[in-house]
Amino acid sequence: MADHVIEVVGVEKSFVVRAKTGRLRRERREVTAVDGISFSIERGTIVGYLGPNGAGKSTTVKMLTGILVPSGGQIRVAGLDPSRQRIELARRIGVVFGQRSQLWWDLPLRDSFDLLRHIYRVPAERHRANLERFTEILALDAFLGTPVRQLSLGQRMRGELTAALLHDPEVVFLDEPTIGLDVVAKAAVREFLAEVNRARGVTVLLTTHDLADIERLCSRLLIIDHGRLIWDGGLDELKRRYGQERTLVIDLEEPAPPLEVPGARVTKVDGPRQWLAFRRDETSAAELTAAVAARARLVDLAIEETQIEEIVRRIYATGAAPPAS
Amino acid sequence: MYVRLVGSRVRSQLQYRASAALQIFGTTLIALLDLVTIVVIFDNVPELDGWTLQEVGLLYGIASISFALTDLVIGHLDRLPQMIRDGSFDQVLVRPLPSLLQVVASDFALRRLGKAVQGLGVLVWALTAVEVDWTAGRAAMIPLAIVSGAVIYAGVWVALATVAFWIVDAIEFVNAFTYGGNFLSQYPVSIFGRWLRGLVVFVIPIAFVAYFPALYVLDKSDGLGLPEWFRFASPLVAAVVALGARLVWGNAVRRYRSAGG
Repeated sequence: MADHVIEVVGVEKSFVVRAKTGRLRRERREVTAVDGISFSIERGTIVGYLGPNGAGKSTTVKMLTGILVPSGGQIRVAGLDPSRQRIELARRIGVVFGQRSQLWWDLPLRDSFDLLRHIYRVPAERHRANLERFTEILALDAFLGTPVRQLSLGQRMRGELTAALLHDPEVVFLDEPTIGLDVVAKAAVREFLAEVNRARGVTVLLTTHDLADIERLCSRLLIIDHGRLIWDGGLDELKRRYGQERTLVIDLEEPAPPLEVPGARVTKVDGPRQWLAFRRDETSAAELTAAVAARARLVDLAIEETQIEEIVRRIYATGAAPPAS
Repeated sequence: MYVRLVGSRVRSQLQYRASAALQIFGTTLIALLDLVTIVVIFDNVPELDGWTLQEVGLLYGIASISFALTDLVIGHLDRLPQMIRDGSFDQVLVRPLPSLLQVVASDFALRRLGKAVQGLGVLVWALTAVEVDWTAGRAAMIPLAIVSGAVIYAGVWVALATVAFWIVDAIEFVNAFTYGGNFLSQYPVSIFGRWLRGLVVFVIPIAFVAYFPALYVLDKSDGLGLPEWFRFASPLVAAVVALGARLVWGNAVRRYRSAGG
């Protein structure tokens, strides 16, 4: 039998919003952020949780971690009810909110870790071994003694990940862990997550806008929109159905009529700039670039990956999404 | 854990000893202004509903120390609205410690010691100046009243601070009750009007901080005509208030909506 470390059944969350409708009149409106979602996650997997802004991603994560109390449905994380057994659960999970720090702003990173050791009551021996290992993988050496406020974003995020994993959590929740990071720092974060998942069997649920995070890490994707799950399945399957198309953006020396290139079609023209959509299973970016260069003088080019918003749009367009109630 | 969390704050403030000392001195001076009010009153009348200046000094001393202790330990509840607004309360909820403990331990202001210092001074003066037929019970009542009083203030403060979970910017409202409550408990309750009496005895029971214990210590008759056992009820009232505050806080946290949710 599969060991499900997270189980979510028919969970809902609605907020009451008071909006001003007149000089004095205020309207009370109920907004549903999460509208009856169900899924379960097997121990030791990395699952990507995606969706456009305001789709209900963060709200879900906040319910799973015990920050918000669901308006309906049941949640089990590591066998516990997050909102009722918050403190016990906190010991067994790790949480990183990309835009918010769990570290002490004016303390050196090392001291923050030491405080966390006491808060989570990690045995000293265990703490030292974990910190040594993480220091090695994430190259923390250089800034362990630096106050957190002086760290770069990439350094801070490495500190945050360490802080979230020092107490050997069973599950980690990561809300946009790579947001705002440069390419090198993003790669470091991804490698680290892959490593702790492989070596320690930590279950990871991450929300992200970055499809490259997903590509590198996640075996399974959940996509949420308007508070409902519209996709639950593998990345390959999703790509095959919706994510094949990429866009090559080219700047020509001078404005030209839409180029005719085999395997691609022009979706937009703006002066000397043209957008060419192509499918990754039909042609490669290199082939396409060569074909373009043979027809016109290229000044610059860029490749746009499919955005999550675009995938969501396509899921709706093909009618695969469950009907809204 | 509280000690560990605030320890780093205290150490960082002690790095600037002169500044810390000046701040403590400053708050002591400000607290003295309350005292001036009382002295001015007694400059005009010899007694306040049967209470002499020395006796009111006893009330003042007990109430001030209680309040200062509360302020010292949980004064950082005033950070709660900010934590709710910027979402850092999220962080509090994912740590394996009680949420209230984390909020009050988020900082520690040494300057708040100033008020306790000044209250202690007044109490010592009042104790030497009042005529009391000292017994073991009366002597024990003073520290008991101070501790119970601190718990009562703390409970009221915590319960009121939860308003921030609904109306984020309600801190001024809370302050009106807490600092106002401290002010009221420095005077004999019997001089207040009927509504105010009812409020401080039964609703926000700050009459149990100093007034009722002082009646016992000074062996005075109660101007309110309430039962004799009220004089000994402060620890009980403190326990009830603390329990109530705990319930209110727990309930409020379950309603937390988080920023941007």
